[in-house]
Order: sequence, then structure tokens, then C-alpha cells
Amino acid sequence: MDISTHKTHAGAPAPTPQPAATRTTQRKHAARGAARGAARGTTRPGDRIFLGLSRGAGILLLLTMAAIAVFLTYRASLAISQDHGNFLTTFEWNTNQQQPVFGIAVLAFGTVVSSIIAMVVAVPVAVAIALFLTHYAPRRLSGPISYVIDLLAAVPSIVYGLWGALILVPHMNGLFGWLNDYLGWTGVFSWEGGAPRSMLTVGILLAIMILPIITNVSREVFRQVPRMHEEAALALGATRWEVIRMSVLPFGRSGVISASMLGLGRALGETMAVATVLSPSFLIKASLLDPGGGTFAQNIASKFSEATEFGRDALIASGLVLFVITLLVNGAARLIIARRKEYSGANA
Amino acid sequence: MAKRIDVSGLTAYYGAHKAIEDISMTVEPRSVTAFIGPSGCGKSTFLRTLNRMHEVTPGGRVEGKVLLDSEDLYGAGVDPVAVRREVGMVFQRPNPFPTMSIFDNVAAGLRLNGNYKKSELADIVEKSLRGANLWNEVKDRLNKPGAGLSGGQQQRLCIARAIAVEPKVLLMDEPCSALDPISTLAIEDLMGKLKEQFTIVIVTHNMQQAARVSDRTAFFNLAGMGQPGRLVELDDTERIFSNPSVQATEDYISGRFG
Repeated sequence: MDISTHKTHAGAPAPTPQPAATRTTQRKHAARGAARGAARGTTRPGDRIFLGLSRGAGILLLLTMAAIAVFLTYRASLAISQDHGNFLTTFEWNTNQQQPVFGIAVLAFGTVVSSIIAMVVAVPVAVAIALFLTHYAPRRLSGPISYVIDLLAAVPSIVYGLWGALILVPHMNGLFGWLNDYLGWTGVFSWEGGAPRSMLTVGILLAIMILPIITNVSREVFRQVPRMHEEAALALGATRWEVIRMSVLPFGRSGVISASMLGLGRALGETMAVATVLSPSFLIKASLLDPGGGTFAQNIASKFSEATEFGRDALIASGLVLFVITLLVNGAARLIIARRKEYSGANA
Repeated sequence: MAKRIDVSGLTAYYGAHKAIEDISMTVEPRSVTAFIGPSGCGKSTFLRTLNRMHEVTPGGRVEGKVLLDSEDLYGAGVDPVAVRREVGMVFQRPNPFPTMSIFDNVAAGLRLNGNYKKSELADIVEKSLRGANLWNEVKDRLNKPGAGLSGGQQQRLCIARAIAVEPKVLLMDEPCSALDPISTLAIEDLMGKLKEQFTIVIVTHNMQQAARVSDRTAFFNLAGMGQPGRLVELDDTERIFSNPSVQATEDYISGRFG
């Protein structure tokens, strides 16, 4: 008997209070033993070598990071001090003239907007796929589907870029026309009829690129929802969707946010695919359908090889801003996750 | 409100493995019926067939009839979701929804079933928490997470959650096995109170508990290794513990078993 319940609790602490208490003391003993072992271990050559290696690796990592940061900040400050425009608000990127004028406004806007589009499209689809794989699909179907999604993650981004430019762009005309007809009045979806190499196309392409990582991480999170939480909902007379709403999604919430952040990180920094699809310009357009705009990574990739020493410094400065944006986004995500820690379910 | 359960010829499988075979019994309304027996004899499996939870286990399958009053739970066209709204369940380990507050945990089943006004919801939540002898301990922190309570309180919260939807039957699968003796006593007291309103079925490994709380006791056993579990006998608790009609029952109860 109890086959199912026992399966659920495999690895969980024994139910009776007494063994749990014994276990705590055992753990204490183990910890003390380990501490003693470590103290004694430093006298043995093997342990000393390993300690030195791992400590050295840690320090080397910190040093490398610091060196990169110092180098980038130095080069960036060289460029920014020579900028005759406003580095944050100028809609221009001319670094080759006597009085260079360049600003990141367009790049910041394009990077954020294309990433938001990618998230809006990819996250719901990825969560839906993950739920389907873990809670709806029969096992012999979910295996192959997971495999195909893993394959999607392995496609190099230049291939996505080529596919986007050669196949996605020509096929966007229909969608753009439809959006312009029905939602054109909003301004955001108006279309002057140019080639659909615009922010919306870039966003959709990015969505496809970040779909696998969000799907895979969400799937693993949903798979770890304890059986007992799902049974709690089932026993109250919840349908499958209600079980998902009551048990699976709340439990997986922070995991899905983390997964989305991984995807967002890739979307913010994606270079080749954007550079291949977008037709860039230093303009901010209200419409997502008209071509133009740019992103940090795309701008660096398309200008770096022909830039002067000073031009490179300017591009490095823009790269620093991207780095700061990524840091801010990750910090915000951590805040969201931490805010509901009390309810996280990690203690259940 | 409480309903009678009539089981006839019930056999349950896990895939090809037959877990219990040909069980027939009647569970009286407004009483506590205890299932006892050695581990692996199928009493939890049998309990889970009474609200169609057995079939959510991959490969789980049931043959036979379970009548709730006169309605067959396994009849054609019967929705298992509807069955579980009639037959509530409390599990071995307390499993409040970790992301929900105490209030929301109790209200969870009600919110599934329909639209309640805020005031109605608050009334039912209070009534259910009082019914589970938990109200006085949590009334000042209803919006705190349910997972922050002690184990015994969590289990009573789960009972409150189960009775909030006013089921006809309450199934309890070793509800005290993860609890300390004081919390166990609190839950046993609670069962005596709940049986005035519900039909209660409890699986327990603790024979003193079965003797204390139940009116009727069913003894399950295996014919041998790899054999399916069977019902040996079902009788008044007093009789089972003093003068059972089957020798195997007496052996098990007196500890002379296997």
C-alpha cells in the first residue's frame, strides 16, 4: 500500500519526530567532524594543493572581472569626455568627425523595446509548452518534444539571423498589414509600408531564440512541484487547470521568473540575429512596424570593424550601458523573487 | 449530510500489479471507520479509491463498485472532480498550499466551487477553522502563510480546508503519523466532534488510535508476498479488539503477527 504517497515523500524527512531529532544531531556531528577534518586537512599536501588551486581560481576570477571593468570604464570615459553631444540623450552616432557627437538614447530604446516584445511573446508560450510537457502530454510525446526544444537552443544565432532575414521578414508583410488595418490607429502598430525589418520583427525573432531556455528551465521547475501539493488541490475537487493554478504555478513562480531572466539576458545581448534582420537608423519611431532604430549589441557589431580608435572607445561606452541595464534587470528580478520568499514553498 | 458508502467487488491495480482484490464493505454514516493492517496491505490504496484519487497515479485503475448512498462513483459519466468535491481527503503529511495564507488555504475549495461574497467566505472560513479546533490559535494571523504553522496546526488547517466545502465523507490517510503526541491527541479529539457531521474513514498504523477513535474497524491483510491485499474482517471496534472472529486479526492485534 501507500505506493503513491511513499513515492512522493522519498527523500523527505521521516515523519515521526524522533528520527528527525536524531537526524539533526547526526548532522551536527557530521558538521563538527567536517570542520575538524578541514582543520586537520590543511596539514596534508593534497588538501593544501587543492585549497591553493581553488582559492587561486576564485581570486583570478575576481581579478579578471576587476581588470575588465577598469579597462572598459577607462576607455569609455576617454570617449565620453570628448562627446560634443549628450551621451544619454543624443539621437546620433558620429565618431569620425572633428567634434564627435554620439548618444545611446536610440540604442537603449531599441534594446529595451525589442527585448520586451521578445518577452511578451516568448514567456507565455514557453510556460504553456512547459505545462503541456509536464502535465498534459503523454510521456511518449513529451520526450521527443523536449528533445526538439533542446535542439532549438543549439542553433547558432547567425543561423537564426539568416532564417529571419530570408524567411521571417518576407512573411511578416501579411501580419504587418493586418496590424496596420486594425490597430494602426494606436500609432504603435501603424505601418508606412517599408520592408518589415523593424523592431517587431526583431522582437519576434528574439522570442523564438529565447523560447527554448525559458521552456527548459520552466519545465524542470514544474516537474519539481511536490506531488503532495498537487494532490491537495485534486482532493478539493480541482480540475487539471485548477491544480495548475493552485499548486503548480505558485510553486513555479520564482523559477519561471529566473527562467525569463535568463531569456531576457540573451535577448538584451543578442547581436548577429538583430544585425541581420534590422535595418538600423538613429531614430526612435513610435511605430514598432516601421524599420529603423538599433540595439547596443547590433550597433557595436556593425560599427566596430570600421571604427577608429576613438570610435571603438565610444562603442565600448555603449557596451558599458548595456551591462548596467542587464545588472538593473537582474536586480529587479531578484527583488521580485525575494518579496514573496515567505510564501515560496521552499519550506514545505 | 453524511452519506453511507457501499463498496462491492472492488479491485485496484497499479499497471499490471493488482494491489487490492475483491473488497466489499459498508461504511456507516456519522461514524468513524478505521482501516488497520500491515504495511503494503492496500488500505491506503483502498482509501484512495473512495474518492477516485487512486486513478491519478500513473497506471492506477479500478474495477468494481463504490456507491455513495445510491450513486456509483465509478458509473459512466461520473466526473471524478465532482466526486472529490463530495468526498474530502486529509493526507499523511500536512500539505497546506505553501503560497497561500491561512485564510486562502481554507477558502481554496470554496473558491473552486463557486462565487461567494467576501462576508460569506469569511463566515465559512471561521466556521471551518472553529470546526478544526484551530480558530483560537490563528484568528489574529489569518493572512500569514499557512506553511508557517506547526505540523499539528498545519494538519488541522488541512482538515479545516477539507471540511470547508462540506463534503459528505472525510477520508484521512494516516493523518497523525507525522505529528507529535499532543497534536495527535488534538486531531483525535477533533474526529470525535467531526463524526457528528461527516462520515469519517481513517487509515492508521496505530492500533491504540484505532481503538480510541473509531466505531468500526476493518482489518486488511496480504495473503502472502506479491499477493493483493484483502479485507479480512470489518466489525465493531470493540469486538475487533476484544474478540475478533478471524484468527489473523487477533494475531495482528496482539502482536503475534509475522
